[in-house]
Amino acid sequence: MFVRKLVLAGVMTVLAGTSAMACGINARVSVVGNEFPAIQSVGAGAQECSGAEVTTNLTADHQKINVPGMQGNPAEYTSAIIANSSIVALMNEDVIRPLDDLVAKHGKDLKKNQLVTIDGKVMAVAFMANAQHLVYRADVLKQIGVEPPKTYEDMLAAAKMIRDKGIMANPVGGAYKAGWNLAQEFNNMFLGMGGSHFKSGSAQPNVNNEAGVKALTMMKSLSEYMNPDFLTHDSNATNAEFRAGNVAIMNMWGSRAATLVTADGVPQEVVDGFAIDGPMTAGGGAIPASTLWWDGWTVAKNISDAEAESTFIAMTHAIRPAILADSDVATQAVWLIDGYKPTPAAVGVFAAAEANTIPYPMLPYMGLLHTALGNELADFMQGKESAEQALADVEAAYVAAAKEKGFL
Amino acid sequence: MLLFIATPIVSVTVQSMFTPHEAVFLTVETCTPFKCTEETTIDQEATAALRAEQPLGRFVGLDIYLDRGHLAISEVGEAWASSQNWTEFLASLSNLPFYRAMSFTLVFIFTVTPMVIVLGLLIALAVNSIYARLRGVVIFFSLLPFVITPLIGALVLYWMIDSRGILGNLLQWMAGDPSLSLKASTGLMWVSLIVYGIWHAAPFAFVIFYAGLQTLPQDQMEAAQIDGASRLQRVRYVILPHLMPLVMFVTLIQLMDNFRVFEPIIGFNAEAHATSLSWAIFNDLGGETRQFSSAAATSVITIIGVAILLTPVLIRTWRDFRRKV
Repeated sequence: MFVRKLVLAGVMTVLAGTSAMACGINARVSVVGNEFPAIQSVGAGAQECSGAEVTTNLTADHQKINVPGMQGNPAEYTSAIIANSSIVALMNEDVIRPLDDLVAKHGKDLKKNQLVTIDGKVMAVAFMANAQHLVYRADVLKQIGVEPPKTYEDMLAAAKMIRDKGIMANPVGGAYKAGWNLAQEFNNMFLGMGGSHFKSGSAQPNVNNEAGVKALTMMKSLSEYMNPDFLTHDSNATNAEFRAGNVAIMNMWGSRAATLVTADGVPQEVVDGFAIDGPMTAGGGAIPASTLWWDGWTVAKNISDAEAESTFIAMTHAIRPAILADSDVATQAVWLIDGYKPTPAAVGVFAAAEANTIPYPMLPYMGLLHTALGNELADFMQGKESAEQALADVEAAYVAAAKEKGFL
Repeated sequence: MLLFIATPIVSVTVQSMFTPHEAVFLTVETCTPFKCTEETTIDQEATAALRAEQPLGRFVGLDIYLDRGHLAISEVGEAWASSQNWTEFLASLSNLPFYRAMSFTLVFIFTVTPMVIVLGLLIALAVNSIYARLRGVVIFFSLLPFVITPLIGALVLYWMIDSRGILGNLLQWMAGDPSLSLKASTGLMWVSLIVYGIWHAAPFAFVIFYAGLQTLPQDQMEAAQIDGASRLQRVRYVILPHLMPLVMFVTLIQLMDNFRVFEPIIGFNAEAHATSLSWAIFNDLGGETRQFSSAAATSVITIIGVAILLTPVLIRTWRDFRRKV
């Protein structure tokens, strides 16, 4: 009797195991999201499901299309993969649904800290953490005899030594492309200098102050050690510079750093010298000049219950603990999935979280300030105007936009 | 026809005078993988009620047109009052998005348009005088810049002028300055964009003028030759007057196209140095928070701008038409 029960239990476990592996759905799933390696793995995971069509549209322009693609009824996309910055636009337009019922039904593999709750309702399921942190060439730093920089001041000193010794002409890399990237680098530096984007509890901007000026001054000093075309370099172009061996130290996304030197044609000394470390501080601050991010998925509001359920099943399948068995997938990101063990590629993001790096603000009006920063800071970086003038322009541009959107 | 033209114009005009409702904020507990905090969010129920009541949003009249993102009336007034001289005033104007966009757009229009016409005419005359059997091949290759999708053409040139690209490197070598970068200097970026504009549109002018040359009455040309007119005189007094209606046509199209300059700015990643009204619309709609009213106001301003630019040409065409009748 006992043996029979044991066998039965064994069979049940195997059955449960296989049914968790195979993912069956009965309504369409359509996913829109960004396109770095970890998200591509999640998209491919969702497409393993059978029973109905699963389509993915993974593109760097995802935030231009996710809101319009979810506003229709029925929505074109049943799920949007978002980060803490871009969920705000979906929340503002009320196009995503609470997931509590689906979590109760199908979410037993999800950990509590994966559930992003707003006002007590689960609005997204996070699957990875991200942060910008130091990426450097250990061989080059050894050559000049310095430790990996802990502060941006050290980074400047190291950059000067590398240039003076004639090792590299422009040793610092940075995603300083005018627009979103430049604004993000300002956000990092501004928070590191002790700044806070808004006057407390209001939508009034608060960047034209000492922390703002100090942040811009540091960015300007760094840019003097960058490729002169830095205002056209996004993170892809910055990574290309690192891969080509033109850059020795840079602040880079954890999600991109992990697979940085796995591309074809990267010179051997770059592959061997590649190393990562935690984010740097600036201006004597204790908190790193970086921001913490999570990436997760949401489910659209304007779709049928069957579609919502299928979407939830497919997306949960895509981030099930078993995906970590593939060592390539495990190194692609700092997964928040149950059973994740940090790989060497994850030290940067972990160090960022441990050093109390501030999460990117999830505020309804942050997107407008980010846009204003991206448009107005380029003049300062080119030396056309003072830091104070640039920050005053940012605030004026933000106020005009915030008035239009009814935030002020 | 009326539907095609009128609907979008009415739509953007209406959109530009309405903005979203005042946001109703709520402070709620937000839990992320890192920690729980009190954060501001939008009260969806209250917003839905407001939207149901007035689906178009708040009526704001011309406010959007006058704000800092567009005509910036009060900012221009302040700049006027605080500036000692014209240079100072123009400097503060170029700090405002609309006037910054207009300064590049106007320079672009008034350099590219005449250059395209002159260059197109020269190519057409040259092709018309070469050995007939070679013409097909030459025409095909001269048309290539116009055939390539503008964005792709811009990207190709963008990578060629990169400091490590073939043209960028050549320029560095010619100038003897290894740190020379076309992408880092506003002036050189403007020159690159203008060169791109001419490169892209000259074949269009060429094809139109070449077609015109095929209808040139041979007896007039022969008469001019018998009268002893030189080659230059024949171009000046016979060919040009014959092609004049086509020149007007090309001017008209080029003025419109160049006012809406957009692809090269995106392709060259030039937004730090040069913007245009079309780029501003793209930027308003491309952020994480979309600004529809602002984009609509810029669209209406673009329509008005095109109308103003075309007026002199249209009046001239109308007069010619009346004279002939």
